[in-house]
Amino acid sequence: MKPAPFVHHAPRTVEEAVAVLAEVGHDGKVLAGGQSLIPILNMRLASPGHLVDVNHVSGLGDITITPEAVRVGALVRHSGLERSEAAHAALPLLRQAVVNVAHPAIRNRGTTVGSIVHADAAGEMPAVLALCDGTVEVVGANGIREIGWHDFFLGALETVLRPDELAVAARFNRMPPGTGTAFAESARRSGDYALAGVAVALTVTDGVVSAAWASFVSVTDVPSVLDLTPVVGGHEARSGSFDNALDRAAEAVREHVAPETDIHASADYRRMLVAELTRRALPLAALHATSPANDSFEVERRGAPTRSLTNPSFDHHRVV
Amino acid sequence: MSEVLHEVTLTVNGVRRTASVPARRLLSDFLRHDLTLTGTHVGCEHGVCGACTVLVGGEPMRSCLMFAVSAQGLEVTTVEGLGLLPDARVCATGQSMNPVQQAFTECHGLQCGFCTPGLLTTVTAYLDDHPDPTSDEARAAISGNLCRCTGYQNIVKSVLRAAEIRAERRVPDAAEPGERHPKPAAAGGGPS
Repeated sequence: MKPAPFVHHAPRTVEEAVAVLAEVGHDGKVLAGGQSLIPILNMRLASPGHLVDVNHVSGLGDITITPEAVRVGALVRHSGLERSEAAHAALPLLRQAVVNVAHPAIRNRGTTVGSIVHADAAGEMPAVLALCDGTVEVVGANGIREIGWHDFFLGALETVLRPDELAVAARFNRMPPGTGTAFAESARRSGDYALAGVAVALTVTDGVVSAAWASFVSVTDVPSVLDLTPVVGGHEARSGSFDNALDRAAEAVREHVAPETDIHASADYRRMLVAELTRRALPLAALHATSPANDSFEVERRGAPTRSLTNPSFDHHRVV
Repeated sequence: MSEVLHEVTLTVNGVRRTASVPARRLLSDFLRHDLTLTGTHVGCEHGVCGACTVLVGGEPMRSCLMFAVSAQGLEVTTVEGLGLLPDARVCATGQSMNPVQQAFTECHGLQCGFCTPGLLTTVTAYLDDHPDPTSDEARAAISGNLCRCTGYQNIVKSVLRAAEIRAERRVPDAAEPGERHPKPAAAGGGPS
């Protein structure tokens, strides 16, 4: 359980980091928070010859809020994003989701951008990037490029990043006016990888749902966004007809996802679980959309969506 | 292959410490092997068990998921340093203990003791931010630390008792993480 030897590089600037990455090519790996990478190294699932440690690179530690987006630098720790009141006010989904990432001690070190670049199908933040129609900002030997989430992920643990490229920030687009969001996931133990999870956004215009969409954790290889507007759109938010439409939303999710069976849960169970989580998250997003004032005072807690929603007919499916 | 050695200097429990280590030296092994501070325990070495948790810049982190070279220049507090923190007092045993250590002693919050260093550091930082937790909150706060003796009942009691002791000692709430370190002046032997 010790890593294999490697050469440690500690660049001070993005340019230096990219130069080293270009030089070492496929034998190099970027080390930021390391909360996914170091376990992999410890278990010798990977043994890159060079680690480019970007922890001392300047200019990567900021959270920037613009009217359009929340830009998160590559050295922003999950806990920094979690505590940022400005980021929470601009895009509540970020805190709603990030409190579900592992344990506080992991969030104190792990970075949000690192989690996106790691591209684990069980990662929360790639799903959030997708729901926000987000972008990854990348610097490479040939300069800067911006990659939309849709083009960024190739497969589980695989992205379009080239060996000489460093992701310097992720940009999460803010939601349209009247939009509420929610995040729900279910894990076997607190802080463990989710068996299934969902991020939802729902827009209410003049009291009626005008758009809804969802992205998923642990049930799709790469992040994917499902448009739920056809099934819940047109219904008055938080009405009986909206609640009825949730059944069709759950059905749409079941058809959309492609979970795999593993030692922890069957594909069928994950499919049932993520559909149910979506059914519970949508009304919460509707609540946030119609009473945003509540949201700013709400303390986001792990699992809160699945605990706080009451739906007596589904009590026997309680997953928390 | 002879590995390149890096001179790593960091402040541990208020004392500047230096050692030459290979880049792959985990912070946990750096503390235990190179600095012979064996209070930090190593369990799973992939971030799940929480036994190796130390305070880095005042915040709990897994020392098995950091390289010593990455900790260059940082301030680290291990379980050995908790008794040197400003809120530590000399207890009946004659040892200096911070409120969390005192509470674990009073409430039988440890059995074999393997998970204890990680719990003490985790709870010390947690109570700074959450000085008056409920038992549910205490349970959530320790959810990243596994006790294979399954002594959680008494650990939860210890967290609640530590909050009381903290209040009795009038520890200021929500100290900045950076203040969660023994001051260099106290580094010799601590309050006595």
